[in-house]
This record gives sequence, C-alpha cells and structure tokens, in this order.
Amino acid sequence: MLNRGEDQYRVFSRRAAILVGGKAALLSALIGRMYYLQVIEADRYQLMAEENRINLRLLTPSRGQIFDRFGVPLAINQQNYQVLIKSENNPDIEKTLTHLGRLIPLSANDRKRILKDVSRKRKFVPVLVREYLEWEDVARIEVNAPDLPGITIESGSLRFYPQGEAAFHALGYVGAVSPKHKTGDRLLELPGFKVGLSGVEQTFDLALRGKAGSSQLEVNALGRVIRELDRKEGKTGQNIVLTIDTSLQKQAMKALEGKTGSIVVLDVHTGATMVQASSPSFDPNNFTNGISENEWKELSEDERAPLRNKAIAGEYAPGSTFKMIVALAALEAGIINKNTSFFCSGSLTLGDGKFHCWKKHGHGLTNLKKGIAQSCDVYFYELSRRVGIDRIAIMAKRFGLGQNLDLDIPGSRPGLIPNKAWKKAAIGKSWVRGETLLAAIGQGFVLTTPMQLATMVARLANGGKAITPFVARDIISRNKIISRTDLPASDMGLNPNHLRMVLKSMEAVINNQWGTAYRARIMVPGMGMGGKTGTSQVRRITQAERDSGIIKNEQLPWKRRDHALFVGFAPIVSPRYAISVVIEHGGGGPKIAAPIARDIMVDTLNRDPAGQAPGADVAEWQTVPKEA
Amino acid sequence: MSRMTEFGSSDKTYMEKIFQLNWQIVLIIFLIAGVGFSMLYSAASGDLSPWASRQMLRFGIGVILMLIISIIDIRFWLKMSYALYGISFILLATVDVLGSVAMGAQRWLDLTLFQLQPSEIMKIVMVMALARYFHGLEVGDAGRVRYLVIPLILILAPVALVLRQPDLGTAGVLGLIGAVMLWLAGIRVWQCLIFSFSSIAAIPIGWQFLHEYQKQRILTFLNPDLDPLGSGYNIIQSKIAMGSGGLFGKGFMEGTQSHLNFLPEKQTDFIFTMLAEEFGFIGGTTLIGLYALLISYCIFISFSCRSQFARLLSMGLVVNFFLYLFINMAMVMGLLPVVGVPLPLISHGGTAMLTVLIGFGLVMSSGIHKGVYINRRGASLIM
Repeated sequence: MLNRGEDQYRVFSRRAAILVGGKAALLSALIGRMYYLQVIEADRYQLMAEENRINLRLLTPSRGQIFDRFGVPLAINQQNYQVLIKSENNPDIEKTLTHLGRLIPLSANDRKRILKDVSRKRKFVPVLVREYLEWEDVARIEVNAPDLPGITIESGSLRFYPQGEAAFHALGYVGAVSPKHKTGDRLLELPGFKVGLSGVEQTFDLALRGKAGSSQLEVNALGRVIRELDRKEGKTGQNIVLTIDTSLQKQAMKALEGKTGSIVVLDVHTGATMVQASSPSFDPNNFTNGISENEWKELSEDERAPLRNKAIAGEYAPGSTFKMIVALAALEAGIINKNTSFFCSGSLTLGDGKFHCWKKHGHGLTNLKKGIAQSCDVYFYELSRRVGIDRIAIMAKRFGLGQNLDLDIPGSRPGLIPNKAWKKAAIGKSWVRGETLLAAIGQGFVLTTPMQLATMVARLANGGKAITPFVARDIISRNKIISRTDLPASDMGLNPNHLRMVLKSMEAVINNQWGTAYRARIMVPGMGMGGKTGTSQVRRITQAERDSGIIKNEQLPWKRRDHALFVGFAPIVSPRYAISVVIEHGGGGPKIAAPIARDIMVDTLNRDPAGQAPGADVAEWQTVPKEA
Repeated sequence: MSRMTEFGSSDKTYMEKIFQLNWQIVLIIFLIAGVGFSMLYSAASGDLSPWASRQMLRFGIGVILMLIISIIDIRFWLKMSYALYGISFILLATVDVLGSVAMGAQRWLDLTLFQLQPSEIMKIVMVMALARYFHGLEVGDAGRVRYLVIPLILILAPVALVLRQPDLGTAGVLGLIGAVMLWLAGIRVWQCLIFSFSSIAAIPIGWQFLHEYQKQRILTFLNPDLDPLGSGYNIIQSKIAMGSGGLFGKGFMEGTQSHLNFLPEKQTDFIFTMLAEEFGFIGGTTLIGLYALLISYCIFISFSCRSQFARLLSMGLVVNFFLYLFINMAMVMGLLPVVGVPLPLISHGGTAMLTVLIGFGLVMSSGIHKGVYINRRGASLIM
C-alpha cells in the first residue's frame, strides 16, 4: 500500500518538476521577449509611436438618389456642413462650447445634449455639435480654429426632396439611427448617419446606403491628421427609379387640396404605380432637419392624419365599388346571366329587417347592366342572398381585397373581407343573413384600402391578370437588377365573358345617361372611361331619420359625413390605366369623387406615361452604379 | 504518519478550515485583480464604468465562490468528478446544437453578469475527471495501453465538440491540458512521443478543415506585414505600443497608443499591452513575477498532498492557469497567433474570471485537505 503511494509520488514529483522547469523556461522567454521589445528595440518603437501613427477612418458613401419614371429627381443629396467635437486632447469642453457659442448659436439644450454625448462616448469618437451650417459660419469657425481644440468641421451630405410634400408618402424620409437599426454595419455608428424610415427610403435602405469606404491616415502624437496614406473609396448607394409620374402626382395632390383622401393610378398590365397621392401631406425636408417634439405630437394627433399614407393604410368601407365583386361571384356561381332581372321596389324585407335601396322609390326591373350602372342596392341584395358571403369573400380575395398586397413600401393595412369563419373567430357570433346583404353593398364589416380598390379595377380591366402594384421600377436580387415590368402576372382563371359583362356595365355607369356618374364622362373621343361610384356611410341611418327626411351630408359634422369613392379604368377599348379615388367624409361618390377621377384620368391619358418605359429618359449614369 | 492527522483532517470544522486557507494565494489574487481594476479604469480613460465596476462585482462574486469551494471536503469533489464532467459535457453538446441552429457561434450561456462558456468549465472538470481516473490506478497501470482508452475518450470527446464550434484556441488548450495530465499520471515516454508525433501529423489534415479567417490569422501571425491594415494591424500596433513603453513606461493613464485608439481590444485581450506601455518593462515583469509567485504557491500545495487525486487536480489546474496567461502574453508580444485568450484575473470578462477563481478554490481545497488519505475507490482510510 505504502509502496504504491510512494511509487506514484516519485513518478509524479519527477515529472511535475520537469513541467515546472518548462513553465519557468516559457516565462523567461516572455520576459526575454519583453526585454527585446521594450529595452533593446525601445527607441525604434518609440519613433514609430511618435511619428508613424496610422489611423483608419470610415468614409460615408453618398446615399443613392431617387428619380421618378422620367428621371425627375425626387430625392437627392446636398452639402451639409457639420461641427463635431472630440473630448480627446480637450481639457475643458465647456469652455470650448462657450467659445463656439459666440460664433454660432448654441441653445442650453444643445449644450446639455453635447455634454451628455461626450461623457457617454469614447474619447476619440466625435460628437455632433450642430449641422446644416451656412458657409459663413464654417469660415468663422475655421478662422478661430486655434481657440477651439477638439472641434472639427466635416462636410456630410444632406438628403433633399425637391418635390416637397408632393410625393411624401411613397418616398418616405430619412432620420437618425435608432437602436433597432443596429445590425453591425459600421456605417450606423458614424455621427449624424441617416437611415430611411418610411416609404421607398425604408424598403430600399440597404441598397441606397451603399458601402463604406476607408481612409488610412497618418496622424501626429496629438491625433491631428498629417496626410492621407491610402484611400479606399466606398460604393455610392444604388440609385432607384420609381414608376411615379411627378407631374401627374402633383395634379393629384392639387385635386386633393383641402380634402382628406387619396388617389391611386395604376398601369393595369404591370401594376406600375403612376400616382399614389395621400392628402394632407407633409414636406419630408422637415424631417431631415429634425422636427421638434411638439411638431411631431401635433402631426401624429391631427385627425386628418398627414403622416399616414392613406392610399395603402386608409381602410374604408368600399360602398358600391364592391358590387363588381358580388356580380362576378354570382356570375361564376351560375346564379345569374346577362338577362337575369330582379324587381327593385326601393327596399327588400328579410326576416324582420328591412333593407333599403338608395333610391327611395326603387329601380323597377333591374338586370346586371342596370344594377351596376344605376347602383341598385336591391339587385345586389338579391344576388348576395343567393351566392352567400363565403363565395363573395373568395372572389374578393382573388382581386386582392382583404389582404396585404406585398407592396414594396412599408405600412400597408390589409383591410377586411368578412366570411362566416372569420366572424365566428373574431366576434364569437354566428353569421347573420342580413350581414351578407350589407356586405354586398360594401358596408358592414367590409374594409378596403384605395390601393386595393385600384388593384381590383386593374385586375378587372386587364382581363383577369393578378398584377401586384409597385412603385420602384426595379428589384435588386443578388446584384442583378430586374425590371419589374418584365415580370409576367399570373392568370386569375376568370371567365372572359363575365369580365366583359362587368366592364360593359362599368362603361354604362359613366356613359349611359342614367348612370350614376354620367356627369363625369370624358367628352374627348377615344378617351372614354368606365368606372363605379361609391358612397360609404360612416353612420347608421335610423328609421326615425328616414321618416323625417334624411339629413343632407353637408349639414353633418365632418367626421360623420359619408366617404366619397370612385374606381375606374380607361380607355374603354383596351384599358391601360386604373384609378381609385377616396375622399374621406367627402359626401357622395358621383358628385365628389367621380369628377376628380375624370380630371386625373384625362391628364394621364394626355401624358400617356405608360407609353414610355419608366426611366426611359434617365441617363445611364444615373441609374447604374459605377461598380455594379 | 499517525492516525491522528487522518482523524483530525476529516473532522475539521469550517472555522478551522478558513484559518488553514492559504492566505498568501488569496492575497496575490487580490493584488493581481487590483492591477486589473486599475488597468480597466485607465482603459476607460479614467472611469470606473463601463468596465472596472462590473469587473469588481464579478470578482467579488467569484472570490466568495472560490472560498466556499475551498472549504468543501476534497473527497466530495472526488466523488462529484464524473458527475460534473457528465453535466458539463451535456452542456457543451447542447450549446453546440443550439449554436448550429442559431447559425452563429453560440458558445456561451447568458447568466446576465457572466456569460458562461461550457468549454471553459470543461477545462476544469476534465482535469477533475482525469485526476479521479488516475487516482484509481496503480502507478504501473497508468502506462498500460488498455488503461489509456478511457482517459483518451475523456480528453478527445470535448476537444472534438469544441473544434466543431469552431474554437481552435480552446480546443488546443483542452488537448494540451489533457496531455499534461497523462504525463503527470505516469504514461510511458514512448507513448508521449507517439502522441506528439500524431498531433504534429494531424496539423496538415486539420488545416483543410479550418475556416478562412482562422487560416488568415495563422498566416498573418507568421508574417504580420502581409496585411498591415487587416489582421496584422493588431499585432503591429500591440508591438509598437509595448515597445514604445520602454523600461519605465509612460505612466498611469498616459499610454498614447492605447488612448489614441491604435490599440484594439485594450480592455480584453490586449490589456497586457496597455500595462506594458504605461508601466514599461519593469511593470510588465513585476506582473509576470506576481503570476509566477502565485503559481509557485499552488505547486507547493500540489507537492504536499497525500492523495494522488489532489496532487493531479491541483497541478492540472495550475497548468490551466499558466496556459491562459502564457498564451495571452505571447499573443500580444507577437510570439503566438491571435487566438482570443484573455489575461486571467485582469482582462474584462466574466467567464475566465469565474473559471480561474473556481480553479483556485479547488487548489486551496486540496491544500486544506492535503493530509487526507484516500484509497483507490475514493474512500478515505477511516471511512
């Protein structure tokens, strides 16, 4: 026993001793190396440390520019002079700031923010003092440079939107980096770096951003730059071309002036968005300079929601513009044909509910064409009773309603197309027959966005091709630029005869003298438009009100007036454009929305932007990045 | 040997154990950690936040853990060896699986203040398991080939898992510690030669499996001027900073290279460079001296232990500690490739601090219970 222990101990101690010797040798080697570096070679390294200091600095690439389909600039870059301060080598920041305050205005708040930033960041990281300086200010600071240790002036670039508020919602804007953007991209750490926060600026932020370059600088013992040794230029951000037509967009914004609502114009064959107007709007240049908290609060609490892109995020009951969906569902189900007629007496009684037509004394015997042209509610009550909500919902979904449309700008809302299963799940009650009738005239639970309505019309007018709307001409995938107009849309599998019947009826809405929008017809030959009006109620009309005579919209407070809607397509022969107009609380669709749609459509047909490929006028250098 | 000591050693109260603690070791640990705090204070340009204060908190927790571990009976640790090894191995495998699911190099478990890397814990429990295994063998048996199968599995299984992460440095250290344990346990010299040769032969094969960045690091180490602004930048800047410190250094918080941000990672891997720049050759060698003193005390404990388990355990843990500091220092001096090993007790970071203090806890437990005789099956004589 004891022998074993001693044996083990002897082997262990002999080998451990060798090990200890090895460790001692290795530590001696470390000390030897230190002696070599710090004593023998010390002079050489001291010289290197004093005179040859290499510093790497990031270069901000300039952000890609954005153009409309004809090369009109929508977002460009301008010079932005910034004052920066570093706490390194600066014993008294407060004094420097006081001195600087005599040259350029610095508020007490600015000072507080700067001091906080300086104490939080590492010494060598420059902190932004002020930006958007005038050239005179820059000159004044440069002259006083000796009294301002740690102060540097950098010329950055400033995002500028030449069109102002005209294209605000689709374009979006840029703003300061927030923690949720931090993805490890070193660019995001640079002071004053901006990222896209909405619209195209957000969707294509990475492509627009470009790649950082680097500059290898020789600096002296105090960190001052002596010269640049090497420079790797960054990659300028990708330029983006939109399908928007600025001139049409401005017309649309003008038509919406003083109103709350939106206008969308699509190319029915591709889904290219010519116009995407939302009113009221906002000048994105205000965001670039930063807006105050009060302004922000005011903007976001405004009941007319200037910041919301109503074209894609405004959800409205579609009213009668929904009737084409019901008609197609009924046609596909074989419940009606061209000649099937129902009698409209002004109302329809179902159980103990009485459902009114907008025309008090009724339309009499009504077929499909008359039903759509004169927007007879009873005709569609009869249809929907027979088709049922579920088949209507399926048809609506095929036309892009009630779902997010896979748009290339963020913030879209799905709207809502109800069916029996949805109501059970969401509200917990069974579907009631009367609700089908309400849905048939685009009321009740049904909600759609103006973009969805324009998409619906485009899919009707292009012969049943499932196009998806987009605003950016190209998609960039794996460094290849693919034009979206070249991508074919899939067929929706609709009967062409059914489509023709519905389009013929929509033609009659405007061009038949009994049609609801006859007054908004286009007189120019060859420019005929088909469409459908809609007036969607935001309140229930009680029986008492009906009896005492319905109050005129104009007499109601703004918030309770009806929404005015119009959807349309043109020309009648081989349609090219689809339009949707929604005026919040505007009153009647025929009276308010249809004339606006007509004006914009005439402008569109006159310009015929789709006749020219988007970006045709944009010079090569503007669209293709140098190092693509 | 009288039976009295055996009885006495097993019946010590915790109070008695605390008095028998090797207070020299504790004192040196505090000294080195203190150097660390002041370097972190300097790295933050004269500020306790963000590094020094957190480091002090971690050190406090670690020291308490160390003292608790050291007064627990060495026989308890012997009994727990295999179980702890098993738990750590499962943790390591779990992290490996989770890491590959998350598509990133997920090497640690997040315990808010400490990010625990199972591979670091593995270094300790592997030493424990091997010490336990060889404790149960006759000295002659340790050299027999059939008794080498189990220890080789105990070493190679975690090494393989860590290689998969891939963490080249840690895998190498684990392998090296394992090899040292085999050597101390008394395997034959010719076996050592075979292991050495097969390890060297495996290098060209292993090269094929390396990631591009790992190859880059090794090539850059061999010739840092290849890429003076890329991977070589760190080494060159580290050498300039250290060399310009000279014999006496530039003074506390006066290191120009560190503070002008030429030196990367100055709060973690390159903290020794900053120390050498600010305190010069004198300061650097003083720190190395403190480390050497600490290691010597631990080696004395190892030699004075009656049981093979305690001897192997404490010597293995000392080797682990030594490898940390040697690799880190050699790395910043340009003697080894940059593999990302922290300077123990000084670099900012939780895992290494915790592992090292746990290690010293076990070494001191060996010291307090050095008189305990334990038979081959793990029972002490009197039980």
